[in-house]
Amino acid sequence: MALDSKIPKGPIKDKWTDYKNHINLVNPANKRHIDVIVVGTGLAGGSASATLAELGYNVKAFAYQDSPRRAHSIAAQGGINAAKNYQGDGDSTYRLFYDTVKGGDYRSREANVYRLAEVSANIIDQCVAQGVPFARDYGGLLDNRSFGGVLVSRTFYAKGQTGQQLLLGAYSAMNRQIARGKIEMFNRHEMLDVVVVDGKARGIIARNLVTGEIERHSAHAVVIASGGYGNVYFLSTNAMGSNVTAGWKVHKKGAYFANPCYTQIHPTCIPRSGDYQSKLTLMSESLRNDGRIWVPKNLDDVKAIREGSKKPTELTEDQRDYYLERRYPAFGNLVPRDVASRAAKERCDAGYGVNATGEAVYLDFVASFERYGKEQAKIQNISNPSEAKIKELGQEIVKAKYGNLFQMYEKIVDENPYETPMMIYPAVHYTMGGVWVDYNLMTTIPGCYAIGEANFSDHGANRLGASALMQGLADGYFVLPYTIGDYLADDIRTGKISTESSEFEAAEKEVTERIEFFINNEGTHSVDYYHKKLGKIMWDKCGMSRNAEGLEIAIEEISALRKDFWQNVNVPGTSTEYNEQLAKAGRVADFLELGELFAKDALVREESAGGHFREEHQTEDGEAKRIKEFQFVSAWEYKGEPKDAVLHKEELAYENIEVKERSYK
Amino acid sequence: MNLTLKIWRQVDAKDKGKMVDYKVTEISGSMSFLEMMDVLNEQLVNAGEQPVAFDHDCREGICGMCSMYINGEAHGPDRGVTTCQLHMRMFKDGDTITIEPWRAGAFPVVKDLVVDRSAFDRIQHAGGYISVNTSGNTQDANAIPISKQAADTAMDAATCIGCGACVATCKNSSAMLFVGAKVSQYALLPQGQVEAADRVRNMVAQMDLEGFGNCTNTGACEVECPKGISLDNIARMNRELMKASI
Repeated sequence: MALDSKIPKGPIKDKWTDYKNHINLVNPANKRHIDVIVVGTGLAGGSASATLAELGYNVKAFAYQDSPRRAHSIAAQGGINAAKNYQGDGDSTYRLFYDTVKGGDYRSREANVYRLAEVSANIIDQCVAQGVPFARDYGGLLDNRSFGGVLVSRTFYAKGQTGQQLLLGAYSAMNRQIARGKIEMFNRHEMLDVVVVDGKARGIIARNLVTGEIERHSAHAVVIASGGYGNVYFLSTNAMGSNVTAGWKVHKKGAYFANPCYTQIHPTCIPRSGDYQSKLTLMSESLRNDGRIWVPKNLDDVKAIREGSKKPTELTEDQRDYYLERRYPAFGNLVPRDVASRAAKERCDAGYGVNATGEAVYLDFVASFERYGKEQAKIQNISNPSEAKIKELGQEIVKAKYGNLFQMYEKIVDENPYETPMMIYPAVHYTMGGVWVDYNLMTTIPGCYAIGEANFSDHGANRLGASALMQGLADGYFVLPYTIGDYLADDIRTGKISTESSEFEAAEKEVTERIEFFINNEGTHSVDYYHKKLGKIMWDKCGMSRNAEGLEIAIEEISALRKDFWQNVNVPGTSTEYNEQLAKAGRVADFLELGELFAKDALVREESAGGHFREEHQTEDGEAKRIKEFQFVSAWEYKGEPKDAVLHKEELAYENIEVKERSYK
Repeated sequence: MNLTLKIWRQVDAKDKGKMVDYKVTEISGSMSFLEMMDVLNEQLVNAGEQPVAFDHDCREGICGMCSMYINGEAHGPDRGVTTCQLHMRMFKDGDTITIEPWRAGAFPVVKDLVVDRSAFDRIQHAGGYISVNTSGNTQDANAIPISKQAADTAMDAATCIGCGACVATCKNSSAMLFVGAKVSQYALLPQGQVEAADRVRNMVAQMDLEGFGNCTNTGACEVECPKGISLDNIARMNRELMKASI
């Protein structure tokens, strides 16, 4: 099947408006005869469920958590971008569009990104109307901060808990519709397959995670909003339950999977401390607004610090290497995430890592304490303030901005970041790849949509900070509700979809058989044993930098590990009870397939772009080197084993932005 | 360190349940409490036994999923943290740790340490929202200035993660801190004024219907709240309710 991105004709700034003017609409009286299933209740799924229900569709929403409010969007800290230009610093829709395409290393689809930038401002209006308590200045107007990879302040925030507040906003909109009976909520339910009838997505098979019951649910369209697949690495900043299963199941039923190798490794996470580690914790990128990143200049100092005979605070300015400021004077500590992560890895690989594992760099706030402190002293008319007073005043400001992050750091690491610099190291955070979708956000299965992190469309090879929240809400509140109507307009006379068809029967049988296999296998190794092994292969060979040799080995190793898993995995308990190990077995089985496709995708993409860094393709000073021939989206068609997947290319055309070497110097 | 764990085991909602003793060894102080539980569960799975069921997800203190009553305290002995952020350095070698689920009539046990908190969701359905359409046809976000103080206080209330520690801690199993936080967030913002009276009435009515107890001003909820939600929110809710009934 040839890929058709269905991008509307016309100038980029008119595409979305023209599109909306010409699509088919569903009459309000007919919407009540149409059912939509939404899998996932994060920012994308929650906002989509609420809006679709408000429009009049009957929504069935599914979450594996015990409440929609717990989806992992809640953990996003820093903020949400919007081209409001409230700061009057020259921001515009075009500039947000430009920054996002450039930040994505020219591997995203122009029309989608422009639309995203266009609706971004409206998101803020919407959220304020919902009662989201964004940070404000003393005049009562909304405050902004700046994020990596941009030259304006366009990020709106609610302390370090922006994702939480936006998600609770979407959750409150859902609650309104649940109360009206327009959303039927299925908590503690996991989608285990999609059901395709006559070529169209018509329902799902779900498992009740409390009773183990397998359920059939039908609908006229199915929306996948299940987030990203960062947990393929075992250790990531994702929630423990985050998984690829929903996306992978639709892939196996005909949806192409795009750019699986594009993964974001976030530069500011708390370094790992031991083998028992179950997840990694992110410190918001907003910290890079006020923190300076460094390692010692001399290896002797590194050694002394690791041994504990020297403290980082004892090093003078000229003994420190502020390597981001040195290498990227224009953007300094605010270079995009992929650049910052690779730079940290480069220093640590060269032996400058500052903790016992050699995988940590400093994030230091001393300069900000001083800068803010002096400013405050002036404001408060304190003449000749002592150094201690300046520090105290400065720390108050920093505390007001990032207090909860500092507290979190101290709880985890047991060190006071007001007194000694934080230690950070990159960790897997977000996956730009995902289910391939066209301009309508529809996958290659008619009637099956993918939104938010689950799709691939907006961030290219690297996502800018504060853009995930923007995309999730844009897709759910403002894009999907239009595009899905155009499709559903043909379904007004279809009537209720039966769950008694042979297609539902077959899908349920497959799901049940797999579950019975796990329960009856009685193997020798736990599910986590395999997940950890997979994670290690992924991190070592498909992590921050990749090469052909490593990727080829990874493919072999993952394939062998998968075989071992299907022979020797041990799942305790029964299938008719609350059984977390069983749920996890299914997720890891899918990760074991995705992981191999991931490596294959990385191998085929013989260039460096954004988060995908191929060692064979770098400039003289170690920057990512894009190659013109790879200016396409890799969309993979399922053909059984991951090694047999067939590549389809969506060529990317840049008509409104000149493709340049991405430079932050 | 080596520890003895006394853990509540209960097969399902109907089961009577009991405490069972377990031993774990070589626990590092840098481990989180849940990572210690992972070690136990891996041990149980490898020994062919049933692992202990417990709720957890984000493991960074924000999703509100984790919910353990440790040595008689919600989320354990540390302050301002959820169980997933509690570190084993809070304990010492040879300790015996008692681990129970949230105990409240309105939170029935699902299995072991997992409880059903859907009552919280139902309270939110009763009024935990502002009735604005999500179509995007709203006024500009800066059209109504909101004082920094009001926005910040609303944010402090909105920071509640809905974990239920307040209910588990309260001798009356009261949900007033949880409900008060949501009522306060909206009561402090101009957008929340239109429906303020109905909201507080409906949410409180649902809270009572779910079987949560009353507040007797002990303040244990505030102490155990991982997010530091203030008792002021309960006072504000009471004022709102009073205003709504005259």
